[in-house]
Amino acid sequence: MINRLALRNLFHRPVRTGLTVLAVAVEVAMILMMVGVSEGLLRESQRRTRGVGADILIRPQIGGASITGADISEKLPEVLMERFPEIDSAMGSTVFMPGDLQTITGIDWPALEDMSGGVVIFEGRPYDSAYECVIDEVYARQKQLGVGGKTTLMNHEFEVSGIVETGKMSRIFIPLETMRELQGWQGKFSQIYVKLADTEQIRGTIDRLRELLPNLSVVSVEDFLALAATNVRQMSDQFVNVIISIAVVIGFIVVLLAMYTAILERTREIGILKALGASKAYIVGVVMRETAAVCLLGVLLGYGLSFLGREAVAARFPLVPVILLPEWMAWAAFLAVVGSAVGALYPAWKAAAADPVEALAYE
Amino acid sequence: MNSGAAAAQRPLIEIENLKKVYRMGGVDVPALRGIGMQAAAGEFLAVLGPSGSGKSTLFHIIGGLTPPTSGKVAIDGRSLGLMSDAERTELRKTTVGFVFQKFNLLPTLSAAENIEIARHIAGNPAASGERLKEVLDILGVAHRLQHKPYALSGGEQQRIAIARAIVNEPRILLADEPTGNLDSQNSLAVLDTLKNLNRTLGQTVLMITHNAEAAEYCADRILQMRDGRIV
Repeated sequence: MINRLALRNLFHRPVRTGLTVLAVAVEVAMILMMVGVSEGLLRESQRRTRGVGADILIRPQIGGASITGADISEKLPEVLMERFPEIDSAMGSTVFMPGDLQTITGIDWPALEDMSGGVVIFEGRPYDSAYECVIDEVYARQKQLGVGGKTTLMNHEFEVSGIVETGKMSRIFIPLETMRELQGWQGKFSQIYVKLADTEQIRGTIDRLRELLPNLSVVSVEDFLALAATNVRQMSDQFVNVIISIAVVIGFIVVLLAMYTAILERTREIGILKALGASKAYIVGVVMRETAAVCLLGVLLGYGLSFLGREAVAARFPLVPVILLPEWMAWAAFLAVVGSAVGALYPAWKAAAADPVEALAYE
Repeated sequence: MNSGAAAAQRPLIEIENLKKVYRMGGVDVPALRGIGMQAAAGEFLAVLGPSGSGKSTLFHIIGGLTPPTSGKVAIDGRSLGLMSDAERTELRKTTVGFVFQKFNLLPTLSAAENIEIARHIAGNPAASGERLKEVLDILGVAHRLQHKPYALSGGEQQRIAIARAIVNEPRILLADEPTGNLDSQNSLAVLDTLKNLNRTLGQTVLMITHNAEAAEYCADRILQMRDGRIV
């Protein structure tokens, strides 16, 4: 009966109820989308790095995960192959980050194909002249580029020679020598990828590489990805937390105002319930049930909005992957429930504490 | 004399030197100035008086809606003055049923649900049984139970409110100007209903009214109030 009363109260004011549900839904969707974008970008980056097929990464001694510049001798892969028989292949690349978070990679295409076990080309072919580039399918969709299309990279016009599967090292590839020439990095690599014949030897090889290359960072690809994830999360968490806080506060305020208004409007009805012998707990129960129903609908609608949002972002911004994580779906629901419950507490207390005589006299 | 016999002889409502003072804007406003009265179980008692005479305050105190300032009020031997807020809530749930001038049905619930929620609050199972059927027959509203209050006439709303008030079989039915918002035909129907409940089911009724004709029509005994006193 108390559930029926709570639901009838909600349906009695459909617009107010709908707006409150929407506010909770927006709260949930904001949380899921923010975390989804942050996590999506990170995981996509990790997927591409793993896609190279390397076991060890040799890089300059820098604090963060991102890199731009080239300080490693181009002779190093050859030296490593000679001195470390357990190394199956070693390949260098140059990396340039133009500022839009999409790195451009200078790579010897056959070396990439060899180490990664082959790169599926959907359309066209690998580059065979200096100002041709290869892009992945996602970048092609985002920039609406096809084979033969022109794009400007590092202030120079490149023609797209091929479109490849996503998930292998980078989204944009240009010839190694072209990038060196454009950036003045002749004879240099930004980083070296090393693939071992036997992955059991990763730790031992890393130790010996560190002895040989004390001025460079030598890490396993998995350690590098873990470090990169930590760095990215450290940077993004603060921003994400701010957005989550704002979302929770919005939900809290909207629920508080909606329930407060509802309680004021129903002052006489609360007086009636009290005259019938309803305890304070009973009155609080009615208010909290209404809040729970609003919250449940809001969370479900929020999930719906998040799935729609993910599809909309995928259609409009293919470079921005959104991953809706089940654990964050639960966490967002929990935050919405807590925010709403706290928001409803004051109205519920006010209703429970109402003087029945005054409430019955309320017009 | 054993306790059962003592209870049988004891008045259901006992009030002695009851005072109620409201503090409004820093000024003490006496509403009741030393009321004394008794009502026996099964009695139909009318309290008659003009506006401002303190009848509604008396109604609220007997119903446990507000505590007295001083004096003794006892319902079935239990003193209201010593009751906590929770105990007065329990009193309203189990011992007293209210009928208001403005009907005070919950607008979002149907007539049946308005009756049912009183059962639910009292912790009783959903309304059913012979007594309810008998009550609804007396009230003549059995065919209107699925309607919302806005779809009922004033008389029908008041009869549903009466059904709600007595569905938990309270010892006392308190009616505050039950015909105040009704035309003469509906007023007569409601007064007949109250009278019937009293005569047929032995329901104790305390009716507050400013209408002398209504009081004389159905009450066993009439108390006159003026300026916070019984005169």
